[in-house]
Amino acid sequence: MGEDMTEATGGIDMEEEGSGVVKKFMFVNRKAPYGTIYALEGLEVVLISAAFDQDVSLVFLDDGVYQLVKGQHTKAIDVKNFSPTYRALEGYDIEKLYVSKESLEERNLTVDDLLVDVEVLDAAAMAKLMAEQDVVLSF
Amino acid sequence: MLHIVNKSPYENRTLENCLRVITNEEGAALLLTEDAVYAATKGNIAENSLKAVMGKIKVYALWPDLEARGMQDRVIDGIKLVDYAGFVDLVAEHPNNQSWL
Repeated sequence: MGEDMTEATGGIDMEEEGSGVVKKFMFVNRKAPYGTIYALEGLEVVLISAAFDQDVSLVFLDDGVYQLVKGQHTKAIDVKNFSPTYRALEGYDIEKLYVSKESLEERNLTVDDLLVDVEVLDAAAMAKLMAEQDVVLSF
Repeated sequence: MLHIVNKSPYENRTLENCLRVITNEEGAALLLTEDAVYAATKGNIAENSLKAVMGKIKVYALWPDLEARGMQDRVIDGIKLVDYAGFVDLVAEHPNNQSWL
């Protein structure tokens, strides 16, 4: 039963009765939205991870910071605008959102341009946070 | 000739490589689409390279892609905006075109 469970949950080790070990999971988002499928797929996995009651952090680095920009209107490109979903993460107890200070600055963006509350980290703080994780998944 | 770029200027050097080739091309036009529209925004990494060619080369950005990315209010002055019909017109107006993939 234990082995089957692990397989069924994609390698995430869940113990019976839901009292498993809580690991630190980080999702690193480095791609702009819409140009590739990475941003949307990453977000889907984040939402799935919410079901496993893990310690989840989301990081937005490089072009990934563009995922959080306010004012996205995708009707004309006929693609789903998934940016409102970031605002719903709080409802899934995913509240640790971190954005790279340098990535914002080199794109002429500030936290006021973003559609969710985030914590801004410089490169050193980002490296430290990454190093503390048990599992890092990159999109 | 119409040149089309679709990659973010932060992601790779496609736009810079394109600009290096076409910088003195008579009658050239450049259309920024998909993630390349980030290059059409004020304060981006490619702003100076783009402005350097804008006297000689007409630069366009695809409006639906700007709008999708929330970049509609950040466009560099002098860049012309086109919709899909305008995209088709650009292709039809130029004798040939190249997508810098």
